[in-house]
Amino acid sequence: MSFPHRHLLGIEALRPEEIASVLDLADRYAALNRQPDKHGHALAGLTQINMFFENSTRTQASFEIAGKRLGADVMNMAMQASSVKKGETLIDTALTLNAMHPDLLVVRHPQSGAVDLLAQKVNCAVLNAGDGRHEHPTQALLDALTIRRAKGRLHRLSIAICGDIAHSRVARSNILLLGKMENRLRLIGPPTLLPSGIAEFGVEVFENMAEGLKDVDVVMMLRLQKERMDGGFIPSEREYYHRFGLDAEKLSHAKPDAIVMHPGPMNRGVEIDGTLADDINRSVIQDQVEMGVAVRMAAMDLLAQNLKLTRAEPA
Amino acid sequence: MSKLTFLNARLVDPEKDEIVIGGLVAEDGRITRHLPKDAPRLTSGRVIDCGMKYLAPGLVDLGVKVCEPGERHKESYRSAGLAAAAGGVTTMITRPDTDPAIDSPETLEFVARRASEATPVNVLPMTALTKGRQGREMTEIGFLMDAGAVAFTDCDRVITDTKVFSRALTYAAGLGALVVAHPQEPGLSKGAAATSGKFASLRGLPAVSPMAERMGLDRDIALVEMTGARYHADQITCARALPALARAKANGLDLTAGTSIHHLTLNALDVADYRTFFKLKPPLRDEQDRLAVAEAVKSGLIDVISSMHTPQDEESKRLPFEEAASGAVALETLLPAAMRLYHADLIPLPTLWRAMSFNPAKRLGLACGRLSVGAPADLVLFDPDAPFLMDRSTLRSKSQNTPFDGARMQGKVLSTFVGGTCVYERN
Repeated sequence: MSFPHRHLLGIEALRPEEIASVLDLADRYAALNRQPDKHGHALAGLTQINMFFENSTRTQASFEIAGKRLGADVMNMAMQASSVKKGETLIDTALTLNAMHPDLLVVRHPQSGAVDLLAQKVNCAVLNAGDGRHEHPTQALLDALTIRRAKGRLHRLSIAICGDIAHSRVARSNILLLGKMENRLRLIGPPTLLPSGIAEFGVEVFENMAEGLKDVDVVMMLRLQKERMDGGFIPSEREYYHRFGLDAEKLSHAKPDAIVMHPGPMNRGVEIDGTLADDINRSVIQDQVEMGVAVRMAAMDLLAQNLKLTRAEPA
Repeated sequence: MSKLTFLNARLVDPEKDEIVIGGLVAEDGRITRHLPKDAPRLTSGRVIDCGMKYLAPGLVDLGVKVCEPGERHKESYRSAGLAAAAGGVTTMITRPDTDPAIDSPETLEFVARRASEATPVNVLPMTALTKGRQGREMTEIGFLMDAGAVAFTDCDRVITDTKVFSRALTYAAGLGALVVAHPQEPGLSKGAAATSGKFASLRGLPAVSPMAERMGLDRDIALVEMTGARYHADQITCARALPALARAKANGLDLTAGTSIHHLTLNALDVADYRTFFKLKPPLRDEQDRLAVAEAVKSGLIDVISSMHTPQDEESKRLPFEEAASGAVALETLLPAAMRLYHADLIPLPTLWRAMSFNPAKRLGLACGRLSVGAPADLVLFDPDAPFLMDRSTLRSKSQNTPFDGARMQGKVLSTFVGGTCVYERN
C-alpha cells in the first residue's frame, strides 16, 4: 500500500495508484462500519483536532465519527466563535494548536489556499476538509468509492457534473480525481456558473441538461451555493430548477442504470427533485454519506502511519 | 569644483540608442564631456576605470511607494533611498497612496522635507488627483504643482465617477499637469486576486479577465480625447490593451504608458501554491501577455518600465492569498530583473534604458535619464552578466516582500552616482 504523503491537502498531488490505495482501505473500513463492533485501533493514542472556520455539520460529524472509531482522541473547535473573532491570524492559531501536539488536524476554511498555508506551519498531518473554492479531497474520494462500488469500476465511465461548478470545491476535486482515473467528464451548467479557462480542463461542456446527460453512467449534482453568490449569477431559483434541476425527465436521457449523486446538503426543488433524491433505485446519496466515514478513516489511518514512520526516524 | 572621470566604459546611451566604448567627464554634478575609446588618463579629480563594464544613466523609477506618512515601519525615506541607490535608481518618482494620502500642500511639504533629509537619491513626488484618493473632489492641483508635485495620481484607485475624472483631467490640462491613472474596470475586477483562466480556476481564486484593463484604458482614452489632458497609464500588462494604446497614440493624443518589471518577468503560474509575494495589482498575467508586453516595450509602444515598488510587512503577506496584501518591493531588483529581458534577447540594453530612464525623465520634463553633455551626472555602473542568488534578507528596504527570493539572477550594480556624487559602491 503506497501513500507517501504527509498531508491530504488536495487531489491534485495524488497519483492514480495512491487514490486506489485509499479506496481499497476504505472498502475494508466500510465493511467494519457495518459490524456491531466498529472499533479499530489505527489512531489509538493520537489526538485529532477538527478546526472548522466555516459552518459544517455533516463533514465535521463524519470526521469525528471516523476518528473515534479508530480510537483517536477527537476534539472539535468551532473556530468561528473563537480567537479568530479576537483578531488572531490563521498562522498564530496554527502555532498555538501546534504547541498542544495534535497528530491530525482536520481543517475547513472559507479561503482558497488557507489550509495549505496552515499545513506549512505545523508538525502534524493536515487533512483539508474544504478550502474556499479550491479543493475538498475527502469528498472526491468518497464519491469515487461510491461510484466504484455501484459501477464495479472507476475508469472509462461517462460522468456528468451539473450545477454551480464555478463556486464548488467539490467539483474541482472531482474533476481532478475522475480525470486522473481516466473517465469521460461532462460539465453542465449555466455559463455564469462555469469557471474561467474551462476549455483547458479536458472536459466537455454543455449548457443543456438533456444533451449533457445523454448516455452518462453517473450524474453528480452540486449544491447551488447560495451563500457564495454575490448576486446575479442566475435569474431565479425557479428558472434554474426548470433548466438545470434534475428530475425524472432529464434523467431519462442518461443510461437506464445511471446513478444520481449529491454531496449534500440538498436544496430540494432547486437543483434536484425531492422524489428522485429519495429513489433508492437511482440515488446513492445515502451511500455517499456512509462511504464518507470509511474514506476518512482510511485517509487518517494512512497519514497516521506516515506520521509514525517520520517520527520514528532519528532527527 | 569637483571633477569625476570615467574611463574604459561601455556607455549605454538610450537617447542615441547605442552602446559605445569610451568615457565621460562630470564636473559640478553635470556631464561636461565625452571621451573617445583610448583617451589619455587625466590627472585632475577622481578617475574611475570602469574595466569595460557598462555605464548608463541612473534609473528613473516612476511609481515608488515610500510609506511615509503613516506606515514608516514598512518603508521610510531613508530605507527606500538606500535601496534605490543600491539598485541604480537615481530618481524616485514617489506615489501618494500613503495613509493619509499625500493630497495637500502641507502633507507634500512634510514629505519633501523628509525626503531631502534622509535620501541620497533624487525624490520627486506625485500627489493625489482627488482628495483622500476618494474620487470625489479634485486636489489643489495648482498649489501642489507650485510645491513640487510632478504628476497627479490616485494610484490603484480608479475614479469611477467619470464626471469627477473628466473635470480633474480638464483642470489638470489647463495647468499642463500630467495625470497618471490605473486603467482598470473596477466593477469587473472587484475582489479579484488572480487573472482568470485555468490556473485561477484550479486554485479556486476569484479572478478578473484581462479585458477589464482594456475597458479601463478605453474609457480613459476617450476622456483624454475629450479633455486634451496629458495622460500616463501606470501599468499596461496584457495583450488585449495594446491595440487600443496603439490607436490612441496614432491619433496623436498626449498619452504614454508604463508597465511593471514584475509583469515583464513573471507570469500567473509563478503564484504556484498560493505564494503571496507574487500577489500584485493587477494580478500576474499569462505567458502570452507577458511576451506581448515585452514586445510592446521593445517597439516603444509601452514607454516606461517601473518597479511599482510596494513595501508590505510580513503580517500583511502571511495570510490566505485572497486576504493578503498586494504588491512587491523592487527598487533593488529592478535592474537585475530587467537583465532577464536582455539575456533572453527580448529587449536590448539601450531600449531597456529608454524605458527605465530616458522616457520617464522626458515625460516628466526632467534633464536626467541621458548621457548628453549638460545632463546631470546621475549614473549607474553595472555588470549585466554577474550572477547571484537573491536573498531577500540582504535587501535594504524595511519590507522584504520580493518575489525573487531564492531566484538565480544576473546583473549587479557596481556603483551609483547622483549629481556626480557616489551614493553606492559595491564592496
